[in-house]
Amino acid sequence: MDAKVNYLLRLGDNALILSQQLSRLCGKGPALEEDMALSNVALDLLGQTRLWYEYAAELEGAGRDEDRLAYHRDAHDFKNCLLLEQPNGNYADTMMRQFYFDTWHYFLIAGLTHSSDERIAAIAEKSLKEVTYHLRRSGDLVVRMGDGTDISHAKTQAAADALWMYSGEVFGYDAVDQAMVEAGIAPPADQLRTQWLAHVAEIFAEATLVMPPQDAWMQSGGKQGRHTEHLGFILAEMQFLQRAYPNAQW
Amino acid sequence: MSTQLSTQTSKEWPLWEVFIRSQHGLAHKHVGSLHAPDAEMAVNNARDVYTRRNEGVSIWVVRAADIVASSPSDKGALFEPANSKVYRHPTFFPMPEEVKNL
Repeated sequence: MDAKVNYLLRLGDNALILSQQLSRLCGKGPALEEDMALSNVALDLLGQTRLWYEYAAELEGAGRDEDRLAYHRDAHDFKNCLLLEQPNGNYADTMMRQFYFDTWHYFLIAGLTHSSDERIAAIAEKSLKEVTYHLRRSGDLVVRMGDGTDISHAKTQAAADALWMYSGEVFGYDAVDQAMVEAGIAPPADQLRTQWLAHVAEIFAEATLVMPPQDAWMQSGGKQGRHTEHLGFILAEMQFLQRAYPNAQW
Repeated sequence: MSTQLSTQTSKEWPLWEVFIRSQHGLAHKHVGSLHAPDAEMAVNNARDVYTRRNEGVSIWVVRAADIVASSPSDKGALFEPANSKVYRHPTFFPMPEEVKNL
């Protein structure tokens, strides 16, 4: 598969799976205002998914559209990072997953605004405002929960530790990433990693959280279609109607 | 609204009143209220609940407890004397087209 199509699908899949996860919390937020915010973030990410898919489908030229890409691919065709398919858990788990992702996503999207591919740069430009807000919000909540009560601190630290092994995959560097960086389309992974570590360290310090060791084992495979056991269930729920009534107009 | 209740029970977040000036609006308008633990989160929440993050808007939040309202029973004394004095209202002049928003 063309490297650029592959790269675009990775961007789209990350946003789609996280959007789906957040949508499941609709009506279940800890407060009305948090509920609205979660849905807002989910909608932002879904909008971004559509832009990435649209471009990927165009480049691919195989007659697939955004719906086809979202609803007619199985788990091994999805290229999202494993972090995003992890369960919502408690609110600390949800927000820590969000914070790890948002930090990477923000620096990535900021980098992509300088992409040599004009269309990618334009999508990144549009997404940057949303992503900036996401990062501000999830960082703020991590500080509030980490530096809150003893219980909220313990839960936030537990979430930080549990999700840590999935936080490094985004910086993985395979042939697709390399082709994108060499073409000036994507920012270099090590630069993103440096920015990511600096921001996470800053927020964790403010949140009185201990940052897990940087050389810890990092699980990967999502980008290559090797997923945790969670993704199959997410897709079964998400794709049910299109699977039951393929190509129905809606 | 359970304004009284929410300020009395410590576990409930306090109530905030939200005022928003829209992109082309001239003044902040009261748009509603929400609960938030502090001012910063009240602003964030107001963005999500009331503006859907439109650009160019300004948000004010103020604790509901800090607002003093006039009493409905004082309505007569406060407002009615104005009604009988038409000369207080500049309604006898045609306004020039160029003068907007007066």
